[in-house]
Amino acid sequence: MTDRLIFDRINRWIIWERIFVRNRAFKAIFLIFLFLFPYLIFAQEGMEEAEQNTLAPPDTIAEILSPTEIKASDTPNDAGENITVQWKSPEDEVGVIVGYEIFRSEEKETGFEITGFVGKATEEFKNRTQDGVEYYYKVRTKTKDAKFSPFSEVSLVAVSRPQFFHTGRINVLVAVLVFVSLLMFFVSTAKKGKSLFIRRIAGLDALDEAVGRATEMGKPILYVPGLSSMSDVATIASINILGPVAKKVAEYESTILVPNRDPIVMTVARQVVKESFLEAGKPDAFNEDMVFFLTDSQFGYAAAVDGIMVREKPATNLFLGMFWAESLILAETGNMTGAIQIAGTDAVAQLPFFVTACDYTIIGEELYAASAYLSRTPVLVGSLKAQDMGKAVLIIIMIAMFLLAIVNAVFFIATDTGNAFLSRIISFFQGLFKV
Amino acid sequence: MRRKIPLTIAFVFGIVMIIQFFIPHPVSRDFYQTMLDWRIIVIAFTYILAVSSLIRIHINKVRRKKTGWGFSYVTLISLTVTAVVGVIGGCFQPTQITTWLIEHFNWQIEQRTVLMVIFTYIQIPMGATMFSLLAFFIASAAFRAFKARNLTAIILLLTAFVVMLGRVPIGELITKRLPEVLQLQNIVEWILNYPNMAAQRGILMGVGLGMMATALKIILGIERGYLGGGD
Repeated sequence: MTDRLIFDRINRWIIWERIFVRNRAFKAIFLIFLFLFPYLIFAQEGMEEAEQNTLAPPDTIAEILSPTEIKASDTPNDAGENITVQWKSPEDEVGVIVGYEIFRSEEKETGFEITGFVGKATEEFKNRTQDGVEYYYKVRTKTKDAKFSPFSEVSLVAVSRPQFFHTGRINVLVAVLVFVSLLMFFVSTAKKGKSLFIRRIAGLDALDEAVGRATEMGKPILYVPGLSSMSDVATIASINILGPVAKKVAEYESTILVPNRDPIVMTVARQVVKESFLEAGKPDAFNEDMVFFLTDSQFGYAAAVDGIMVREKPATNLFLGMFWAESLILAETGNMTGAIQIAGTDAVAQLPFFVTACDYTIIGEELYAASAYLSRTPVLVGSLKAQDMGKAVLIIIMIAMFLLAIVNAVFFIATDTGNAFLSRIISFFQGLFKV
Repeated sequence: MRRKIPLTIAFVFGIVMIIQFFIPHPVSRDFYQTMLDWRIIVIAFTYILAVSSLIRIHINKVRRKKTGWGFSYVTLISLTVTAVVGVIGGCFQPTQITTWLIEHFNWQIEQRTVLMVIFTYIQIPMGATMFSLLAFFIASAAFRAFKARNLTAIILLLTAFVVMLGRVPIGELITKRLPEVLQLQNIVEWILNYPNMAAQRGILMGVGLGMMATALKIILGIERGYLGGGD
């Protein structure tokens, strides 16, 4: 029995083995099926997906959704002649919408003409208009295959008008008023004779030494008032320093060379140097050619000043004002000629170059403090105090914002009311700095 | 009187321009535009002064045979030639003379005027030459700045080394297997975005207030240095 069973099993195995293993045709069909199976599954899924996709795009114009909630209003804080149209885009899961066409009319019911087109990501359109004229707007959606939705409802009437006050700049106005108040307060305090402390600024202290050195060596002083125009505050600050320096030069009966890139700066600088020589009691020592124009080309100017440094070998080089890429070209050439160099700028990117190549560097705000520092006039010193106080106010606001943001994030993130309250305070502070 | 008039002008126009900043009305906008036009006119006149100053200085140099007086000839000739070519041949659009010359001599020039030829093939390459010197000056300045003389200089040197290495592909390559925080490019990003940015913003804040203070001092007549002399 047992033998027979074993025999039967072996026999069956042989039969199966013949069918499945030895049969090449079956093997080929099996392998093909094995490889095709996943493909067939995915293909089936893809077909279902494609079927879904082909079902989604609208077949008729009526199926494309129109924009809703259309609003048209005078553009705020502008010079008039402009209306802002806003709407809510329809849901577009499949991505058939390419944009929106905006129509305008002076009548509510008729006469609408296309006035603009915006892309699908936009829900706002600024339209150039005529002031005092009433306008109505409606919008429709455009699809990839150039189909259009029905029009949205017509907006309420909108009229453009110019504004007399930019409400978005109230924060700037408040800041200016606060700063002017601080300025007036400290200036009046200084006028009353109260002594105000100013920290030492090495670069400005060295000016006397630099002028003296040039006098001793019998060589000129080179004063570069930056490359910017007179509308740059850094140039004005530089001109304010030029006055005392030129006066010192006149007192020591030395020579100063002031090459310029901007013709207005040249005119102002010439007048300042002339007045300083007059004030020092040496009007005859002044020569108009001390202050001269070179070129308005940036690197042409740099090349010319380098040439002056190499030929004339000034004992002192002063680079004060606004500088760009030429800063290191000037400072390194001056360094090679062995001159004592004092630089000052508010261009943050140029400061490392000046720090590296010059003996003293007047950094950022120190440039603006220079005239007060050099003259020690009480009213000017008072203005420095106002500046410091303004900075203190800013630092306090920033620390407050920083702490509020941390408290908001750590303690109230889960509580809606607390979070919203602190968020409002934070956005208020943020709004203070937004222009 | 010599001081009162400029101070009054500075005060009146300063205040008016501040007010103008807060008014978007077309009247205010037109006023601002008029001021800009006036500025252009003033600049045009000051250019006459500037060029006359340039010519006088170089003529004096040639006369007195000062050091490098030969270069003064180059300046004067270049100035004259460029001005004449610009006036006769036109700046951006060719004049009739240029058009006639181009047609008559069959000139093949990409630029439409001779002045633009001078600008494109002489001035721009010369400017680029000066600018390219910056690379060598940066190298020499960096060599001087990165000498490890004291603790601060050592910190500067190390930071510069890390930033430079992190900015080149090899820096990224050598720290690729380290945790993300220790990868050089991330360290560099952190240095630039936090300590460096904090320092820059500190300076910029002071600069902003300084600008505001200087402008107000000039408008209010507290600062008179730009008029020359003290009081």
